[in-house]
Amino acid sequence: MSELPRASQRFFNGIFPENPTYRLLLGMCPTLAVTNGVQAALTMAAATTFVLFCSNIMISLMRHLLRPHVRILVFTLTIATFVTIADRFLAAFLPEMSRELGPYIPLIIVNCIIISRCEACSSLQNCFISAMDALGVGIGFTLGLVSIATVREILGAGTWFGMVVLPPTAWEPWAIMLLPPGAFLTLGVLLAIVNHLTTRNKQETKEG
Amino acid sequence: MTKNEDNSNTQTDEISTKESYLGQAWLVIVLSVVSAALLIWVDFSLRDKIAENRKRETYRQIPDLVPGSSEAQTQEISISDSKGRPVKIYLARGPQNENLGWVFPASGSGFGDNIALLVGLDINVEKINGIYVLDQKETPGLGNFITDYDRFRRHFENKSASEPLLVTKGKPIGNEVPALTGATISSQAVCDIVNSAVGEYRDSALRELQKLSTEEKNNPETNENF
Repeated sequence: MSELPRASQRFFNGIFPENPTYRLLLGMCPTLAVTNGVQAALTMAAATTFVLFCSNIMISLMRHLLRPHVRILVFTLTIATFVTIADRFLAAFLPEMSRELGPYIPLIIVNCIIISRCEACSSLQNCFISAMDALGVGIGFTLGLVSIATVREILGAGTWFGMVVLPPTAWEPWAIMLLPPGAFLTLGVLLAIVNHLTTRNKQETKEG
Repeated sequence: MTKNEDNSNTQTDEISTKESYLGQAWLVIVLSVVSAALLIWVDFSLRDKIAENRKRETYRQIPDLVPGSSEAQTQEISISDSKGRPVKIYLARGPQNENLGWVFPASGSGFGDNIALLVGLDINVEKINGIYVLDQKETPGLGNFITDYDRFRRHFENKSASEPLLVTKGKPIGNEVPALTGATISSQAVCDIVNSAVGEYRDSALRELQKLSTEEKNNPETNENF
């Protein structure tokens, strides 16, 4: 068994080599469901990162107490607690976003990114490494959601973060981009571009 | 983690299976208590703020639910429901202070979680003007279409409030509301919630209205100045 990654490796791994959206294809529910606007995507990503960060630290602190039989239960309980806190905070301070995201915030509980980080990192490594891991993966997830949302919002509504980018006189919005098919199309195209670029990079390094 | 550590883990596994259930589960128990305490604290500190947001949203919907009414003239009336708990209903008034209709808050359980609604009614509580969903956690893509105006909410407009609303899977006749495909339970829940709220608050609302009109007759001048 090889050595587990160090803190800096964990951090950078989460951003690209193991980007949850483009490399691991985890957390597809929010990726497809809440990326019709950059604002919603950013709120979702921030809430997920908050939950990921807090639960990674908690699990890491408890890692020596975990029993194999009940570890998933402990993970879920910890995650659920922080998700509920995030949900209440959104309802109090960002009511509009809380309304728009509706049931997707409580659904962070079953977001497999978080439980996979608990299993792969924070139940094995110390608090600092787990925190860096959570930040890296959080940033990676944010990049994933925001990139998809950017494409969808600009093509689908002609706006970015609610600001007009393509005026309606010059651009006929593609309504389909805001609907579920738009999410699949965008994800597929972006995924293909990312894969294409990575393969080309790899080939270049090999040849060079 | 090294191979050594792996081995030591399997050893503790064997020991832990011999331990009592409590020995294995104490962490879960402690954690649940701690989580519960934390959540109670969060709820206590944010409850008022959330309620205030809810109230602001309610006021914003009033002109939609009772056509011609203005947000600023709305009067909040405290009544008690059938179980004696205090409830606030809203008397929607026009710019000239004329009484135009009612907005009743209503909530009950849906398929996923509690559904909170606003029901807009005419002044005599005979006709439903429309409904608005304040809060829901129904299944995305099926039940959450209860918030959608074209798909669902518009079917409540201009229905009689004197007889209960029914859900139908076919073409709606009379007081029937078409169910959302794949979300019959959510649709039924919304109808039930509307029916029970209308049934519960109708008499109190009419009584309050009578009280107000007698007050107005007794001292019309003060009212005009007001």
